[in-house]
Amino acid sequence: MTRKPQVNVGVVIVSHSSKVAEGAADMVRQMVGEAVPLAFTGGNADGGLGTDVAAILAAIDRAWTPAGVVILVDLGGAETNSEMAVEMLDEARRGRVSVCNAPIVEGAVIAATEASGGSPLEMVKRMAEELSPQ
Amino acid sequence: MTTETPVIASALLINEVGLHARPAVKLTQLAKSFRAAVELALGPEGPWVDAKSPVRIMRVKAPKGAVLHFRASGGDADAAIGALVDLVGRGFDEAAGEGAGRA
Repeated sequence: MTRKPQVNVGVVIVSHSSKVAEGAADMVRQMVGEAVPLAFTGGNADGGLGTDVAAILAAIDRAWTPAGVVILVDLGGAETNSEMAVEMLDEARRGRVSVCNAPIVEGAVIAATEASGGSPLEMVKRMAEELSPQ
Repeated sequence: MTTETPVIASALLINEVGLHARPAVKLTQLAKSFRAAVELALGPEGPWVDAKSPVRIMRVKAPKGAVLHFRASGGDADAAIGALVDLVGRGFDEAAGEGAGRA
């Protein structure tokens, strides 16, 4: 029996701070490993605190897999700009990108752990969101 | 023959940090690599939690010296239990990790 090569859901980290985004990505890489496509972005186009729709789109591109991508965000603007980026994707991709309602660092580690086992997009999102009090 | 009797084993947590974030990730990743349903508990009577759920395994917060009980059922349950007990017995391969200054 031949098995299809496993395609794992990718993870994108979007923070107002490039240091937070990079640090969260470091934790994912060290704790979960290399089995999950991972990208991060933080800061606005001027290098200050903030988020940037174009940079988020580029991060989604880097982490893209046919299994889809989950996005972990920190505060308000990161979420609205991520949602805007998702809306700018072509229709085929749009349905396979999900912004998670989960804490950014813990959510990224948990989502990547779930994704590394080959779980589908909805399950990866659900696992990260299980972190938040219901 | 399909058996309904789950495979059961236990293992002593020997690594310093116990079942904290990094070991919990390793444990769930390993559990996920098997088809069998795998559960973990701190006592032989449970309560049992899904060993494939990183969120639930992290909430177990078992300290060093705790005994982890595993229960698995399904096709490769024997292999799953063997691999998990081995992982715990190796201290999650953390010997060379951070904070391990002494030989």
